[in-house]
Amino acid sequence: MPTSLLQPEFRVDIDYNKCHKCGRCVQQCGWGVYNFNERPIPDDSKCRACHRCVTYCPAHCITIRKNDLALRENANWTAGLRKAVWRQAETGGVMLTGMGNDKPYLNIFDHLVLDACQVTNPSIDPLREPMELRTYLGRKPDSVEVVPDGNGGVRLAEGAGIANNIKLDTPLIFSPMSYGSVSLNVHKSLAMAAERCGILMNTGEGGLHADLYPYQDHVIVQVASGRFGVNPEYLQRGAAIEIKVGQGAKPGIGGHLPGEKINKEVSTTRMIPQGSDAISPAPHHDIYSIEDLRQLIYSLKEASGYKPVGVKIAAVHNVAAIASGIVRAGADYVYLDGFKGGTGAAPQVIRDHIGIPIEIAIAVVDQRLRDEGIRNQASIVAAGSIRSSADMAKALALGADVVAIGSAALMALGCHMCQGCHTGCCSWGLTTQKPELTRRVDPEWGAERLTNLVHAWSHELQEILGALGVNAVESLRGSRERLRAIGLDAQTCEIIGVKPAGM
Amino acid sequence: MCGLMGICDQSGALMSGENAIKAMAVQRDRGNGLGGGYAGYGIYPEFPDHFCFHMMYHDVKAKEEAEAVFDRYFTVDLAEPMPTRAVKGITDAPLLWRYFLQPDPHKLADSEMTAEDFVVHMVMLVNSSIDGAFVASSGKNMGAFKGVGFPEEIGHYYLLEEYEGHTWVGHNRFPTNTPGWWGGAHPFTLLDWSIVHNGEISSYGINSRYLEQFGYKCTLGTDTEVAAYLFDLMLRRHKLPLELACKALASPLWSEIDRMPEAEQAVMRSLRAVYGPGMLNGPFAIVLGFNGGMVALNDRIKLRPLVAARQGSIMMVASEESAMREVLTAPDEVWAPKAGEPVIARIEGMDWPIHGDLHLSASEVSCAVTGVDACDVETVEVS
Ligand code: SF4
Ligand code: SF4
Repeated sequence: MPTSLLQPEFRVDIDYNKCHKCGRCVQQCGWGVYNFNERPIPDDSKCRACHRCVTYCPAHCITIRKNDLALRENANWTAGLRKAVWRQAETGGVMLTGMGNDKPYLNIFDHLVLDACQVTNPSIDPLREPMELRTYLGRKPDSVEVVPDGNGGVRLAEGAGIANNIKLDTPLIFSPMSYGSVSLNVHKSLAMAAERCGILMNTGEGGLHADLYPYQDHVIVQVASGRFGVNPEYLQRGAAIEIKVGQGAKPGIGGHLPGEKINKEVSTTRMIPQGSDAISPAPHHDIYSIEDLRQLIYSLKEASGYKPVGVKIAAVHNVAAIASGIVRAGADYVYLDGFKGGTGAAPQVIRDHIGIPIEIAIAVVDQRLRDEGIRNQASIVAAGSIRSSADMAKALALGADVVAIGSAALMALGCHMCQGCHTGCCSWGLTTQKPELTRRVDPEWGAERLTNLVHAWSHELQEILGALGVNAVESLRGSRERLRAIGLDAQTCEIIGVKPAGM
Repeated sequence: MCGLMGICDQSGALMSGENAIKAMAVQRDRGNGLGGGYAGYGIYPEFPDHFCFHMMYHDVKAKEEAEAVFDRYFTVDLAEPMPTRAVKGITDAPLLWRYFLQPDPHKLADSEMTAEDFVVHMVMLVNSSIDGAFVASSGKNMGAFKGVGFPEEIGHYYLLEEYEGHTWVGHNRFPTNTPGWWGGAHPFTLLDWSIVHNGEISSYGINSRYLEQFGYKCTLGTDTEVAAYLFDLMLRRHKLPLELACKALASPLWSEIDRMPEAEQAVMRSLRAVYGPGMLNGPFAIVLGFNGGMVALNDRIKLRPLVAARQGSIMMVASEESAMREVLTAPDEVWAPKAGEPVIARIEGMDWPIHGDLHLSASEVSCAVTGVDACDVETVEVS
């Protein structure tokens, strides 16, 4: 019997007429595709189409193609399903994968269009006029209370105002990716870029490495079910604290970072023994209900000197009620992660079949909080496949205060979405701890690329605002009147509060 | 595009409504004949402490029903048809009446409300439950005169030149988003405040959703309505000083805020962060009139015209300078107010702030301002 019924997904073709025989492909590939025997010999079965070799081949002589082996067409039993059965029959295990849901679910963002001004109100030219993106993340009071200042003017009343909010120069932050799942150089790139862009990065659940201390004012420190790296100093260093309850890519399940990724640095940062598996339980074992969450929120506030505390949840069916509970429990922001959000590792069945789209989650949470009159009490951060400035603008119009990007940030650093993050062999040096791979990301280079991306999207958002005839992002935020739906069913339109185009 | 004007003699001296007509007549091009209107303050010195209801009735039945309500809940000291004259261009006028009245002391005592709250409740009751009846204004010593037509026609129709007031606001309408009807012309009023507006706010979507959170119902879909409720929210319910309310509606840029003195920065930063969803973004010029003066405000980057002038104690604003040259013989100063800088005229010795003592819910305000059935009549009923 063959050891496997599975055929390679990709074909690696080298045009040996052009090949320099330099061996760079051998060195670049993290998956061990190449052997070198006078010339590079690829093993197709190991290729994940990450294009590291293609990018670095000086002769441009490598072509990666889909392995077009014809399987008899079956719209029901797709090739993917058949291969999964073969794989599981082989291993008896849960299939793991990385990055976000790749199934062709309806993408609501792609069915929403934005408005523009014509005649009755003017559009605004962002190249000539100020176009403001500044955003304050956190709990806002219902009103602004002022008292006379004794000199004929007024000043804020004691305790009034938004002192506890975090200023963001643009409504875009980096989503949590833990040190351990990504490399320290990735963390440094994110932290440096966050500082340069006036935004935030997020430690994820793996603690804060000492090298990031200089950037701590631009770092959200996360507290997840494994409590890795959490101590009073960690809480006090962060600009904000985030309790991670769930993740869009794997709602309801915990995490598992294999011992191989726990090197000395990761072990120190996470405060766990070197080489031991880092297991995050599915629930927080001190949060079995909303009142427990409230206690944790306030313990963290106490421990940190009243820093803003956010709660990250996966977008699930009952997300509106859950978010409302979170806000009432005292959270300063609710982080909603849609079902297309990325992950370093998740069971494929969970990633592809659990949760709801972020567009719906934003809309129902925003509306619910408004209906309850508590919308101002917490910001909404939306993530889970924000792929462009257009997605960002639409997410804001649906009601998000801020969007967060993870996959897009990794792509800025070279990620090609090969979905091999869980293997620890990322050829791009991102989701790996192997020193020969992690050094591929120079933090200075990474920070520059991330900064460029954030600036580019911000400029595009400014263009969109200008077309909409407003010059501050708060006038787009929650303004669903500026969105129209094309090709969405009436019920979805109603749920997200957007009229069909033409109305 | 619309045209507007406001004039206020801060000494409290009275001027003829002719001034308001003249100021609007030169701005005729700014409207299309589908709506014009005025509000005058200090015009009923013979009834300074009576609420004056300016009523529009579509038919006699509506009038009878409304009068039954007035008779039941108020002491009506004078009821008379609005003086009007035939004017070319004005057709299809509703029945126009005015009533000088005061809440019936027993009914008022039973209701356990202030007189102002009581009046707003009655305005809502009439607007929402009597088909074809609309309260155009309900304040003391003031009145709104509005309808479908060019403003100078409307002014002559109502014989405005025969009234004398210390403050006047006027409006010429070029409706692009709502059809012209008599009640829908500007100014919109609640008790003795009135609002006229030129613009189309690009942030309407979030402004109205923000207001809904506080219970206001934006039923007309007009920007003026939104502006009126935002003033109500900030001035009356949140008790913000007028200057700060203006700064919230037409916020300074962050770059300007960052250059302010520390304490002011803290106030402005909070103001923008908290009232950001209420910021009126897009082109507008607004005049808010009340029994104590007026305030005129432009959007944050001045996308709609607003010019101001001062002549002695008289402050005047208009969409076009010509309006002021028409009215003021020798202005001491004519200037273009900066974007977001309110022009405030206050009459010496008159009360301030505006209606800080009302106890109305947001939906009551919505209903009373628009005259649209925005509220549940059950909750309106006053025994
Ligand atoms: S990197 Fe390109 S040129 Fe170099 S050995 Fe590999 S295929 Fe040949
Ligand atoms: S991070 Fe690396 S392993 Fe993961 S998808 Fe991107 S390129 Fe592949």
